[in-house]
Amino acid sequence: MPNYRIHKTEYIDETKRVSFKYDGKTYFGYEGDTLASALLANGIHLIGRSFKYHRPRGIVSCGAEEPNAICQIGSKKDLTEPNVRATELELYEGLEASSQNCWPNVKFDIGGINNFISPLIPAGFYYKTFMWPKSFWKKVYEPLIRLSAGLGKSPTEPDPDIYDHKHVHYDVLVIGGGISGIIAAKMAAKNNLKTLLVDDKKILGGSTIYQNNESIKIDDKLSSEWLKNETQEIKKLSNLTIKTRTSIAAYHGYNFLLAKENLTDHLPEEKKKNKIRQRLWKIRAKKVVIATGSIERPLVFNNNDRPGILLSNSINKYLDYYGVTCGENIILFTNNDSAYETSISLHKKGIKNLIVDLRKSASSELIKEAQNLGIKIYFNHVVTNTFGYRKINSLEIMRLSEDGNTTVGNKIRLNCDCLGMSGGWTPMVHMHTQSGGKLNFRDDDQVFLPKENSEDQISVGACNGDFDLENIIDKTVNKINKFLDINNQDYQDTKIICSKENDKRNIWLLPNKIPLGKTKCFIDFQNDSTAKDIKLALKEGFRSIEHVKRYTTTGMATDQGKLSNMHALGIVADTAGVKMGTLGTTTFRPPFTPLTFGTLVGRNVGKFFEVVRKTSMHEWHVENNAEFENVGQWKRPWYYPKNGENMHAAVQRESKAARDSAGILDASTLGKIDIQGTDASEFLNRVYTNAWSKLAIGKCRYGLMLNEDGMVYDDGVTTRISENHYLMTTTTGGAANVLSKLEDYLQTEWPELDVYLTSVTDHYSTASICGPNSKKILNKLFPNLDLSDENFPHMSFKEGKLENINCRIMRISFTGELSYEINIESKYGNSLWKMCIEAGKEFNLTPYGTETMHLLRAEKGFIIVGQDTDGTMTPSDLQMDWIVSKKKYDFIGKRSLYRSDTIREDRKQLVGLLTDDPKEILEEGAQIVSDIKSKPIDMLGHVTSSYFSPNLNKSIALAVVRSGKSMKGQKLIIPMENKNINVTVSDTIFLDKENKRLNA
Amino acid sequence: MFLINCPFCGERDQSEFSSGGEAHIVRPKQPTELSDDEWAEYLFMRKNIKGVQFERWNHVHGCRKWFNVVRDTSNDKILSVYKMGEKPPVNYK
Repeated sequence: MPNYRIHKTEYIDETKRVSFKYDGKTYFGYEGDTLASALLANGIHLIGRSFKYHRPRGIVSCGAEEPNAICQIGSKKDLTEPNVRATELELYEGLEASSQNCWPNVKFDIGGINNFISPLIPAGFYYKTFMWPKSFWKKVYEPLIRLSAGLGKSPTEPDPDIYDHKHVHYDVLVIGGGISGIIAAKMAAKNNLKTLLVDDKKILGGSTIYQNNESIKIDDKLSSEWLKNETQEIKKLSNLTIKTRTSIAAYHGYNFLLAKENLTDHLPEEKKKNKIRQRLWKIRAKKVVIATGSIERPLVFNNNDRPGILLSNSINKYLDYYGVTCGENIILFTNNDSAYETSISLHKKGIKNLIVDLRKSASSELIKEAQNLGIKIYFNHVVTNTFGYRKINSLEIMRLSEDGNTTVGNKIRLNCDCLGMSGGWTPMVHMHTQSGGKLNFRDDDQVFLPKENSEDQISVGACNGDFDLENIIDKTVNKINKFLDINNQDYQDTKIICSKENDKRNIWLLPNKIPLGKTKCFIDFQNDSTAKDIKLALKEGFRSIEHVKRYTTTGMATDQGKLSNMHALGIVADTAGVKMGTLGTTTFRPPFTPLTFGTLVGRNVGKFFEVVRKTSMHEWHVENNAEFENVGQWKRPWYYPKNGENMHAAVQRESKAARDSAGILDASTLGKIDIQGTDASEFLNRVYTNAWSKLAIGKCRYGLMLNEDGMVYDDGVTTRISENHYLMTTTTGGAANVLSKLEDYLQTEWPELDVYLTSVTDHYSTASICGPNSKKILNKLFPNLDLSDENFPHMSFKEGKLENINCRIMRISFTGELSYEINIESKYGNSLWKMCIEAGKEFNLTPYGTETMHLLRAEKGFIIVGQDTDGTMTPSDLQMDWIVSKKKYDFIGKRSLYRSDTIREDRKQLVGLLTDDPKEILEEGAQIVSDIKSKPIDMLGHVTSSYFSPNLNKSIALAVVRSGKSMKGQKLIIPMENKNINVTVSDTIFLDKENKRLNA
Repeated sequence: MFLINCPFCGERDQSEFSSGGEAHIVRPKQPTELSDDEWAEYLFMRKNIKGVQFERWNHVHGCRKWFNVVRDTSNDKILSVYKMGEKPPVNYK
């Protein structure tokens, strides 16, 4: 096996060999490697297939910007993870990784045929091609697109890993632990500011930490030596927290940032167990220093995507940091000085290399050094093509014309096994723009820079466009002193020698003799978009960069265009003949690198996903086989199946029992608001549609609450406990919102009212007993209470004692039966319930759930707010005009009840529906029409509630129908998938219109 | 994520609050006197300003008090907070 690890470095521990599997084959690396460096050490460049054309692709970079080297990690159904960047993943014993987007394997991939038919797949291919014929969409196009869509495979089982969240507050947060970040953090911490320094890598130091060029020095030391010293220094500072392997994912307003800390991703499988995998830091910082550095730009030329073509600086890092050479015969293609550093480094390690430089000439100290070392330099030349299918094996260069717009002279063919590109540097302004900052364009070197630095956020170092060492240190120190209002002198006398110059010859799309249509000049490697695609988009009329981006999908892959956005912009600007600065950029959105869902949700999984509320009778319901329904956060018994009953059978039995003898419902979840104060009656007058001032003490009244727009918002029964004391009940789901709304009016519109509201929903448990035998059961429970109709009529309230515990008993009914609600302090709820059940045994007292409750109330035509209403129903629409006071001057929503829209006769109105076939049960939500022949069919409304009533022995339904009030007796049709159901509009009350049962 | 200085509790995270839209829209004292258009003006019309806006917020997961906030919607900076019933600060008008 070839070994490309050619020298020792302090970052690779050669005593610790690590074995790992890639595409099923076992390889070895060392502790300190990333997956990418270990693969390169084994001579592996080819690592995946591109998304659209399935072209072979290799490692391009050494960091977060990597577009190609994304892998599937692991193969377990619950732990496998797609799209992991090999350049960031630290190697560990037992790591299993595989290439993505290829079948049957990365070396021979069937999808590679797309490369040859690529002229048939231009930008916008999907939009253009899959339009016709229409019938093909569902059966042919969609399945095909789905088959080829996506990168990698998602896990199919729940993630077993543990994730964590942590909230922290700091005076200063420094993002990025490169040279400027280290300086900033040291200055802040030494000035007694509580400081946090985060860096996504394993160790601090950025790209300076492995710098070893003798002509770049700080205080007469190699810059890397100097920085190592600084790194040791800052570790001693007590008020500085350093978090490595931690990357900022999002920078929100008010200096609120999210950071992801990797805790176990670098550990072998057995050491990961029972440990927190990743922690999401929620950081609030008074001030933020952004020192995120810059990334090298690729160059755009024909076939610039072959395996073995990397960024020049990455070749340098693999060499000097990991001790790995990316080839044995390397060509560096550059438009600026930085490739010369790589070249000299390679030369010193004995790696043959030469340089192709776009510039006509250059004469910095660094270049002279390269020339003195005898490194061959082709100035004023451009790479026009590369060769080699699975890895580059040669390339062609040509001389550039005077203006740089075309090539001249003869092709020169050069052999190589690796090509390094350097198109200059792009400052990482993501954090600045995420925080809301704007950008300026610097024409000199064609970069976007942070426009302004606010009082609580600043960018320093390379992300601020300061690329040379002298600038980085001086400017960082000055800016930090000013930003933090301190006067740090530590770097006053620092001596800096830097032989690099900033001179650069920027050409976005490099010239070529071959027509553009026949080239493959890749801009976005991951999404396979080329310069040709961008030009096509412009030709087809797209102008806005946001549109060009979406049409060509440039910058829309998992790397979010870290390497491609600038070139896309540049080519658009050049083609459209506008200045790049005026185009603006596309929006940088969080997260900076992809986050797992696990990190985002933290501990809120499984039973911690959402709050669950249970009544004090819950245990009994569970023991008695109840099926539960979620109502808001509440768990409510849905029905109680007996002897293998299905829901239908159970509900039929429960509702029959409730009407024939007695039923019992846990009504504890209804919202309860305690209302007290001398203006309580006036307050109720204003919030409900009906009148409240005359309600006698000890009486109950049903109320309908509207929104200011006149639409029904909530309903419930309110009881007058004493002169200035009421107990309001609300719907289960509406309780919190009703309280908020009432508080809003009290605090903002009517602060003069003496009223106090308290939520007491959880304070009381409620058992509701209904049915002809309910009075007898009550009598057994409260033998001293006079239950006669004269003394305790419908809609009244009594206090009673169960043993010696106080109860509030309301004679109110939601079923139409004689019915009592017993309220008791919640801690006695379960006892109350059991005593009721015991007392009711001889009367076949049957517990029923929400489904039976819904059925019983529908028989009676009682509405459920939220089921029969949807925020567009007025009381009149519900045929409830009787509850709207004509006398009251004002109440919430009153004025809206006679707006031109609310008095329309043809509004949707609540009606009853009876099916012609009494056994046919309608589907809730089904559409209602009168004429199925005219097209388009005129929709009149929909079914809101539908049940089979065992008491009436027929199907009943409530529905909202246009002009429904005037349609009684009319025939309508409910078209279903395989039949049309005939129905007749009826009254909304199906049972006991005379209310005889209430007083039975 | 805003930091909101509740006039009753002090600085708290935005997640404790809910927004109640534009402030200083007074419910008409005599709605029945209003024409449909005038009522619609109260009911539906909101300014939605880019720039300095007066808003109502409720410390719903805290003291449950409603209060007013002056916020620059162009950069989300909260410029001032004041209690219900208090006069809005004049320097932002």
